[in-house]
Amino acid sequence: MLTLLLIAIPLFMSGAIFLMGARMARQLALLAGIAELLVTLTAMYLQHTGDTSGLLTFDRQWIGPLGISYAFKLDGISLVMALLTSLLTPIIVYASFNRTYKNPHVFYGLLMLMVASMIGAFTTTDGFMFYVFYEFALIPIYFMILIWSNAENKAKTTLKFFLYTLFGSLFMLVSLLYVYQHSHSFAFEDLYAAGQALSGSEQGWVFAGFFIAFAVKIPVFPFHTWQPSTYDAAPTAGTMLLAGIMLKMASYGLIRIVLPMLPDGIAEYGSWALVLSAISVLYASGMAIVQKRYKLLIAYSSIAHLGVLSAGILSGNAQGIQGGVMEMLSHGILAVGLFFVYDILESRMHHDDMSRMGGIREVNPKFAFLFFVVVMGSVALPLTSGFVGEFLLLLGLYQYSAILTGVAGLTVVLGAVYMLRAFQIMMLGSANMHTQNFAPLTKHETTVLAIIVALVIVLGIYPDPILSLSNPTVETLLGTH
Amino acid sequence: MKEILIISLLGILVLAIDLLKLRKLELPVIIGGLLSLVACSVMDWDKNEIPFAQYGGMLQFDNFALGFTIVFSVIAIGWYLITFDSYSGHASNRTDIYALSIFSLCGAVVMASYTNLVMLFLGIEILSIPLYVLAASDRKNLLSNEAGFKYFILGSLASAVLLFGIALLYGSLGTFDLNAIHEKIAAMPQYSAMMIIGTAMILVGFAFKISVAPFHMWAPDVYQGAPTVITAFMATIVKGAAFAGMYKLFVVALHPLPDAFAKAFAIMIGLTLIISNVTAVVQTSSKRLLAYSSLSHAGFMLGFIMMSENASAKYLMFYVLSYGIASLCAFAVLQHVSSIQNGDDSMTAFKGLVKRNPVMAGAMTVSLLSMAGIPPLSGFLAKYYVITNVMSGGHMTLVIVMILTSAISAYYYLKVIIAMFTPIENAGRIVVGNLQKSIYLIFTLLLVVMFFAASLLELIEM
Repeated sequence: MLTLLLIAIPLFMSGAIFLMGARMARQLALLAGIAELLVTLTAMYLQHTGDTSGLLTFDRQWIGPLGISYAFKLDGISLVMALLTSLLTPIIVYASFNRTYKNPHVFYGLLMLMVASMIGAFTTTDGFMFYVFYEFALIPIYFMILIWSNAENKAKTTLKFFLYTLFGSLFMLVSLLYVYQHSHSFAFEDLYAAGQALSGSEQGWVFAGFFIAFAVKIPVFPFHTWQPSTYDAAPTAGTMLLAGIMLKMASYGLIRIVLPMLPDGIAEYGSWALVLSAISVLYASGMAIVQKRYKLLIAYSSIAHLGVLSAGILSGNAQGIQGGVMEMLSHGILAVGLFFVYDILESRMHHDDMSRMGGIREVNPKFAFLFFVVVMGSVALPLTSGFVGEFLLLLGLYQYSAILTGVAGLTVVLGAVYMLRAFQIMMLGSANMHTQNFAPLTKHETTVLAIIVALVIVLGIYPDPILSLSNPTVETLLGTH
Repeated sequence: MKEILIISLLGILVLAIDLLKLRKLELPVIIGGLLSLVACSVMDWDKNEIPFAQYGGMLQFDNFALGFTIVFSVIAIGWYLITFDSYSGHASNRTDIYALSIFSLCGAVVMASYTNLVMLFLGIEILSIPLYVLAASDRKNLLSNEAGFKYFILGSLASAVLLFGIALLYGSLGTFDLNAIHEKIAAMPQYSAMMIIGTAMILVGFAFKISVAPFHMWAPDVYQGAPTVITAFMATIVKGAAFAGMYKLFVVALHPLPDAFAKAFAIMIGLTLIISNVTAVVQTSSKRLLAYSSLSHAGFMLGFIMMSENASAKYLMFYVLSYGIASLCAFAVLQHVSSIQNGDDSMTAFKGLVKRNPVMAGAMTVSLLSMAGIPPLSGFLAKYYVITNVMSGGHMTLVIVMILTSAISAYYYLKVIIAMFTPIENAGRIVVGNLQKSIYLIFTLLLVVMFFAASLLELIEM
């Protein structure tokens, strides 16, 4: 029932915000986000105490003869993903308080709608419902970018984004249906069994369909081309939602659906996907190094980190998956932090050209410090949340292939290169004519950054609650094959 | 029996109303009549009534017929309510148009309930002849005249081919009755050559009517030339009726078809989907775009006919209803928008619609997304039913074509959506009546609700 509540709160609030009009929109959205977080924490507590009252699951038949059910379950991995969503939602809403959006009730209404569908995708145990939620999340974000973007070519960018992801998802639909022909039910358990019973080459094809869908969304080279332009065009809250939560649906899908369903397909025919992920790391890191604009640099760095994520998950062992879960949470938080820094820069200087910055630390040391911690998390320094995830991912990948680990491991080295260089250009040195009037952080900006910094450090020092939460589920998933 | 009487008498009643100069009563009478048609169909459910059995019992109101009658009536009610003001301008022929459309609807009901090939032919003609007139009803418009003329010539040709096919079938089986045909075919080892030719000719006739490739050439011109309101009628009810008729003949009576027909169907579907979707991409007129989109949906619906063993009539019905509502909505918005822009139906006419009339823009957006098959809108489920059906028949290539063309279709639907959300300078508001506004809202809601209420479909026994 709690899972239903998690979907119902944002859904209901979305309607309420839409109808209440512009005045209270963002306060209501924040309220919904906090309520969402409280429900998730309750669910985590119940899970921790080994609750068996059935509050964490829900299962009702929807279209019986077609084997589709409204089935939701909050197990370890789903809980971490729900935590990611419900933790970031209030932060993203609160972070957008310093922006005034036109028609805020529509904006926040769409945002809540998106949260509902993402939670749905993270908690359902029915393949059909997963597809529906996965697809539906595209609609609100599409309109958020189309309506509230300031970019000149937004129509073209959003069209590319929409078509690209839709096109990818359709491959997933074909694969899903192919397995369904054998299982006649969309329950994950049945899909796993039917998928494993397929021959190796069949699994390979089905895997290809799923991987193309997920690779577009993660994104993995060469399916990433929509991502930088979309991040660039989207309003900050939209970018945060995309990078922080929405794209995690794809890596979650890899863990939840692909790994347990197609073990032979990945083992025999899946190496190309790992190679692509590794190329993705190299390519995106290289692109990040040559970027002149901060937002694009972050966009490419995101691709690099997610390349490691995808490779680590596909290596298919406990460390890889655990690392994946941890990295999804950590990357979500860091991405929101990094894009919030962009928002702060942009609101003051109206551009994000790094070469025209410099010396901001001199003017505003507090901002520089908070930014520095986020950068450290992003380059996976030990004792930050980024380290735990990436270390486990690389450990998992090492068991699969040492060479790929070497390539993917470059993300840490190259990440340090471009992140530290960016930090140096933007923050260090002496202030120039553009930066000397850099306004101090407002109270609300400090709060948001401080929360993110605190999360990065706490999860880095003490990741155990998250890891032990997801561990039993990871073992069950691996145990099924 | 009540159903066929109600719909026939309603048409005559509308003509009488005009004679008595009681024009204000027109709309209430039509809506009332259609509502009673729905009510009767619901009451007769499961009764399997054969009206006028003493005259050979050529119609049968089983659940299939009643279900389609309800679907047609619901779409027709929406059609009358949403378009009634578009005839306030040239009021002289409004009654004719209403009466003709009801007669056409009568043909649709016959096509869903026939049990005899003669009745099928009559149904098709009752459906088509008023349509030829309707397509040309904008008398001063050259394009409309051209549309009516083209439709008439090619429609008659198709009817002739169909009739020839029916004759050949009768020649080899000695009966017009669907049940008798089915029994005879079941008793035969395989189709005789004459039957194959007959069936093929019937298929070609139908292919003209439902406008699937390679017999689709007339459709874009006719759809574009006819008044938008009539185009909406043709794309929804007429197409639905043709599919209902086709389902009864091909899936129920002529089953099992020779293997070659499955191939023919697959080729027709594939061609239709590719031609219509690729051509739609380059259209600048949104009306022509919707015409091509209508072709593409015909391709999808044909998937139900092709997979005769597994196809279930209620899923076809769901598709007809879902597409009907979405398409009607889109055409109605197009009609309102273009009539204000002096008949301009290019993409630019839609610019800034979200400011000029948010309700219409919202309804149009949801309809287009539903037609593109985005969950959780009913259009997704409709396409999903087709694709699962085709896939379970093992036609993977066709599934891939369906999927790819769906993605292409999203592109051109989005082009319209983007236009609506592109702001423009000094845009005046577009005003529509409260009645239309509420119809738009109801349609939008229906498209969402139908998705979630799809489980109800499983309760229906056909």
